[in-house]
Amino acid sequence: MAETPLSVAQPQASGPQTPSVREVLLDAAKVSVFKVQEYSKLSLRSLTNLVTKPRYMQDTVAQMDDIGVGSLPIVLLSGFFIGAVMVLQTGAQFERFGQTSLTGDVVSIALVRELGPTITGLLVAGRCASGIASELGSMLVTEQVDAMRAMGTDPSRKLVSPRVLATLITVPLLTTISVFIGLVGGMVASVLSLRLSATTFWQRAIAILEFSDIMQGFSKSVVFGFILATVGCYQGLNVRGGTQGVGRATTQAVVVSSVLIIVADTFLTKIALFLADKVF
Amino acid sequence: MDGLPSRSAVASQIADDAAIAFDNVRIGFAEGEILRGVSFSTRERETLVLLGETGTGKTLTLKLAAGLLRPDSGSVKALGKQVSSMSEHDLLDFRRKVGFVFQEGALFDSLTVGENVAYRLREDRVNEDEIEPRVREILDFVELAHTMDMLPSELSGGMRRRVSIARALVNRPPIVLYDSPTAGLDPITSQTIITLILRLRDVYGVTALLATHRLQDGFALANFHFDQATRHVHRGTAREKSHAAITRFLVLRDGRIYFEGRPEEILDSSDPYLRRFLI
Repeated sequence: MAETPLSVAQPQASGPQTPSVREVLLDAAKVSVFKVQEYSKLSLRSLTNLVTKPRYMQDTVAQMDDIGVGSLPIVLLSGFFIGAVMVLQTGAQFERFGQTSLTGDVVSIALVRELGPTITGLLVAGRCASGIASELGSMLVTEQVDAMRAMGTDPSRKLVSPRVLATLITVPLLTTISVFIGLVGGMVASVLSLRLSATTFWQRAIAILEFSDIMQGFSKSVVFGFILATVGCYQGLNVRGGTQGVGRATTQAVVVSSVLIIVADTFLTKIALFLADKVF
Repeated sequence: MDGLPSRSAVASQIADDAAIAFDNVRIGFAEGEILRGVSFSTRERETLVLLGETGTGKTLTLKLAAGLLRPDSGSVKALGKQVSSMSEHDLLDFRRKVGFVFQEGALFDSLTVGENVAYRLREDRVNEDEIEPRVREILDFVELAHTMDMLPSELSGGMRRRVSIARALVNRPPIVLYDSPTAGLDPITSQTIITLILRLRDVYGVTALLATHRLQDGFALANFHFDQATRHVHRGTAREKSHAAITRFLVLRDGRIYFEGRPEEILDSSDPYLRRFLI
């Protein structure tokens, strides 16, 4: 090839070696383990920060308003219709055996143990984990997080811990409201569709519940709140690649927190059922 | 390096009483080593202008000085403390004594100008009655007192840099680090920023590291001073006016110090690389 100023292709004595499949897999495994380690460290620090000073209570209250009050409309709306649809689905089956009065029992247990915490967790994750990731991610790419550190503020205290504490408080409260509204929705559906009296529905819905059921639902909502806040913060504080990276982190925050909530739900259910047998 | 003056004798003399001292600092990332054994020091009230092309490690040097990054090897000393070996907890305390002006300002976009400037004071649990006058005073200094209740998005680029300078200075830190404070600004706004930096040096006597790729910024700091009596900027160095402040230049190239010396030394240099900064 003639050497001209426009020549761009240069003969190479030896090209870069292509990594083997084993090396690629090993590198991917290392990256995954590193991410899990960093996520665990951030999660642990977010909790230890709560017991040492300085604490940012004003930021926590602001986050509780944003996460808790802000999520209330979607939780109320979805809770009501989930309760109603549960009654319509189960009532149709119970009608075949003339046992429509059992509808209140089934809806109550399903909402308190499972649907209330899980649906609330997923809804709040969709709304807030993405919001947290995009907010912190934007702060990171515009050097606001570095500015915070440069002024002697620990970002994990100022940004992560208030959000974690806010979700630990508000998600159980939202779950409680969601369960109550779900039972209201169920009652309305059973009165209108199954001709069941409201008193019978409430009496059975309350009587069937045991302490272990309430504890199961409560513990799940606490764990789900912790997951969605820490995943959102981790994704936001690990943005790479400018504004495009912020978009990726936002999507990742919703996907990862939703999957983790469903996976955690399985294990928590198993643990709760075991404890219900042995302890309660 | 052929044809260049040897490193200034001043540098070795001030190493012991240095406000900031780098000793054989190395740092690298996945893309390679950025700083390859950088050593320099500045004494109190001195302004060290870091010159270099994009990607030569100017911002990294500032972040290392503030303890925002740790070197892979070597040591960074500032205000008599080994910054490079401090715990994160101690670093948070140390950083309260250092002002950092980021290239794009890095103002908190959800807070007003007043809240941005007051941020550090509120972190230090300063009495609320004391905060407002102090914020107003420093905003007056940068001539932006009227923007107190505005959001950063409502300000121009130059105004944001000035607010950033006010925020960095509100608790009177002895060291201020400027990361390309005039980058991307028009000549008139750049001059306003440099005049402000000059006033800070001559009024408060801060030690400064100023990263820039504009040689004229450094020469403005070296050749002018702010007269507190007349409240005007005059030609002539601060030293000539009984101030101890001096301005030195440090040129970074390929991760190493290529030149270190006084402004007149860089002007007299026949080195082709340094001459490129003079064009």
